[in-house]
Amino acid sequence: MAADDIYILGIVMTKFGKHPDKDTVDLAAEAAMGALKDAGVSMADMGVLAAGCLMGQGGIGQQIQKQVGQTGIPVYNVSNACATGATALRTAIMAIKAGETDMGLAVGVEKLAGVGLLGARPASASKEWTPSGRFGAVTGTDGRIGTDNMPGTFAQVGMEYGHKYGGATFELFAKIAEKNHAHSTLNPLAAYQKRMTLDEIMNDVMIAYPNTRSMCSANCDGAAAAVVVSGEKLKTLSKEQQRRAIKVSASVLTSDPYQEACQVLPDVNTLTRIAAKKAYEQAGVSPEDLDLVELHDCFATAELVHYDNLMLCPEGGAVDFFNSGATWRTGKTPVNVSGGLESKGHPIAATGIANIWEVCHHLRGEAGDRQIEGAKVGLAHVIGLGSACGVHILEKSAL
Amino acid sequence: MTTTQVPHVNYLVLGDKPHLEANECTACGARFFDRRNACAACFKTDFKKVSVPTDGIVRSFTIVTFASPGVPVPFVAAIVDCGGTSVRGNLINVDPTPEKVTLGMKVRLATYSLGADDNGVEAIGFGFEPA
Repeated sequence: MAADDIYILGIVMTKFGKHPDKDTVDLAAEAAMGALKDAGVSMADMGVLAAGCLMGQGGIGQQIQKQVGQTGIPVYNVSNACATGATALRTAIMAIKAGETDMGLAVGVEKLAGVGLLGARPASASKEWTPSGRFGAVTGTDGRIGTDNMPGTFAQVGMEYGHKYGGATFELFAKIAEKNHAHSTLNPLAAYQKRMTLDEIMNDVMIAYPNTRSMCSANCDGAAAAVVVSGEKLKTLSKEQQRRAIKVSASVLTSDPYQEACQVLPDVNTLTRIAAKKAYEQAGVSPEDLDLVELHDCFATAELVHYDNLMLCPEGGAVDFFNSGATWRTGKTPVNVSGGLESKGHPIAATGIANIWEVCHHLRGEAGDRQIEGAKVGLAHVIGLGSACGVHILEKSAL
Repeated sequence: MTTTQVPHVNYLVLGDKPHLEANECTACGARFFDRRNACAACFKTDFKKVSVPTDGIVRSFTIVTFASPGVPVPFVAAIVDCGGTSVRGNLINVDPTPEKVTLGMKVRLATYSLGADDNGVEAIGFGFEPA
């Protein structure tokens, strides 16, 4: 292991779902202490803490410290939409890369059970048409000039792919959800572990065509945390810690570069493609090398486009790629064997660490019934609308 | 009785031939419907008003059946390619069903009333209808 490499020493996710008896700090503390225990270290070893809770009141990092240990280390409270967890992890990684410390903790937590539509804002009831805002709108635009809600936004992302390349039917998108719900049955930490038939998915409540309810990510509570360590420090730790450590071969964060249509429909493609390309270069691996991928299936319509963006298939070939069975857990490139956000759940700020936990779990050979046998390299991808994209490539320890 | 009208958004130009107007970067041609401090594409700061074609094709759409409180459903949200400028708007005067709304369909800008406020001022909105 090279001195300047970065490793994940410990990582956990809590059970995703409904946690009415725990607040965000409880969940975050559970994850933080779990990650420290998994790493075989303590708060005294941490030189930095980065934490995020997108819907929270701010200062989640310091709130976590009050429950797990106040040691005076720098805290970074990060917020980057659905990429908040990945951003927290990357912040800890950057602190180590910058030589400020040799070990750090990243935590993401959210309580979302029962919050309903994301992106929803109450419509204004204006009594006088007065222009306001950057569009000089005299009343709300949601529902009158397109949709502000996430299911509709990502529905359009998938439909746009269909317009460009063809073949992206309602049934195809539903089949993607069918795969992820099938995968979830093997994941005891998933919010939902119910296998659903294609008929059940297609006849579920329509939210924003072509996304029915079971094709949307599940709002739920949950947290995830990771301890990262420098290669140099890892050399001084036990053989068991070294054996279970997972190499972070690439850690990339991008934002959306200007594209013609990005002002009317967020472009989740270009920044993912750029992040993926950079990550493959950093890691020196190609998409064919990946044993599993956890990608940001916030909606079934989103999963399709990311097959292409992550270059798991030839450009324009995502429909054929999916239809080949490649992304089922038995396929060539298993995607979202955790059940994905559609069934595992999507507690926003936890997601960008939980997806890395899933990959690490397989690379460590600890994934039990859903273990992808012999997994050596995996990729975790997350998108925060607005936009931010995190891509991490992880590799099994050589020990 | 004269009724005063205002556009729903300031980039909708009313009159005999209602159309949309964009702020075009004079340096690189990037178009924006909202006001910008600098161009997101090339960082220059000069913009001019340009008319956007009123005919277009549907490049993407969704039929929203579950929306925020107070937003009537169903409605069709779409991305329309108007001669190379992407526009966000609802598809109107069409059944909101996948049988009637299709990718690539030709549409044109249309306006409709959003009602009058307490002062009798009528707001006019826009959408796209089948051409």
